[in-house]
Amino acid sequence: MKARIHVMLKNGVLDPQGEAVRHALGTLGFSGVNGVRQGKVIELDLAEGTTEDTIQAMCEKLLANTVIESYRIEMI
Amino acid sequence: MKAAVVVFPGSNCDRDMAVALQQAGADVTMVWHKDHDLPAGVDLVAVPGGFSFGDYLRCGAIAAQSPVCQAVVAHAGRGGYVLGVCNGFQVLTETGLLPGALMRNSGLKFVCKSVGLNVVTSDSAFTAGYTSGDVLSVPIAHHDGNYFADEDTRARLRSEDRIAFTYTANPNGAMDDIAGILSENRRVLGMMPHPERAIDRLQGSTDGQALFRAVVDQLAHA
Repeated sequence: MKARIHVMLKNGVLDPQGEAVRHALGTLGFSGVNGVRQGKVIELDLAEGTTEDTIQAMCEKLLANTVIESYRIEMI
Repeated sequence: MKAAVVVFPGSNCDRDMAVALQQAGADVTMVWHKDHDLPAGVDLVAVPGGFSFGDYLRCGAIAAQSPVCQAVVAHAGRGGYVLGVCNGFQVLTETGLLPGALMRNSGLKFVCKSVGLNVVTSDSAFTAGYTSGDVLSVPIAHHDGNYFADEDTRARLRSEDRIAFTYTANPNGAMDDIAGILSENRRVLGMMPHPERAIDRLQGSTDGQALFRAVVDQLAHA
């Protein structure tokens, strides 16, 4: 079984990298990009039967820093 | 007075940290990240700068889960003293010993230069050698030094006089110009600037010396 973890900066936390990407898109002539938020995707290849609680503990303990980041678990 | 300097794969300021502590009179032991225990009788643990574990995942995130960091957290829990500089500060926030997080510099560039630091409080073993209002010249060298904490946390840091240092000119977007903070019991200090790189006239500044002298002296007489 696999899980995909989406880690994003929380709303309200400034994202300087996303802002740089937005600026670069504007420079390339793409208009109408009002905002860019950059995050990361982590794919976990897990032993069968791993519970969502365990995956959540992985996120809380290591994969996301919940001071600044939120995460979403997607089972795939 | 016994100090330990933690060494992770990718630490690169560990020896400078050891020299700074020795110069101030500490008996220094280097501790490898896989060690489960700190040397017996250690008063102060220093978590040095560098790029522990290649900054993979987040700066300091992997180091914070290492065996030695569990020992550092336990040491702090017993009222032990801990100093984290640069990557060491990032590690301390990742362990939860200090609040907030260090994010990518707002200018997106690695910044390596001497900066002015305001001493905000002299009420700690680390800052007792300064007078609040002093302005120090200390180098910074980081890509992720942009201090973030929510408004409640920052209000608490202010009201409890736990902001140790602020920048005179903000180099990285840090909230409230914060360069270094103290724990609730004032025995854990995390700071982005490198006081261990300001201990000899050859380095261009000796303003960091007083930090090491103050903490070593205080713990030697404890």
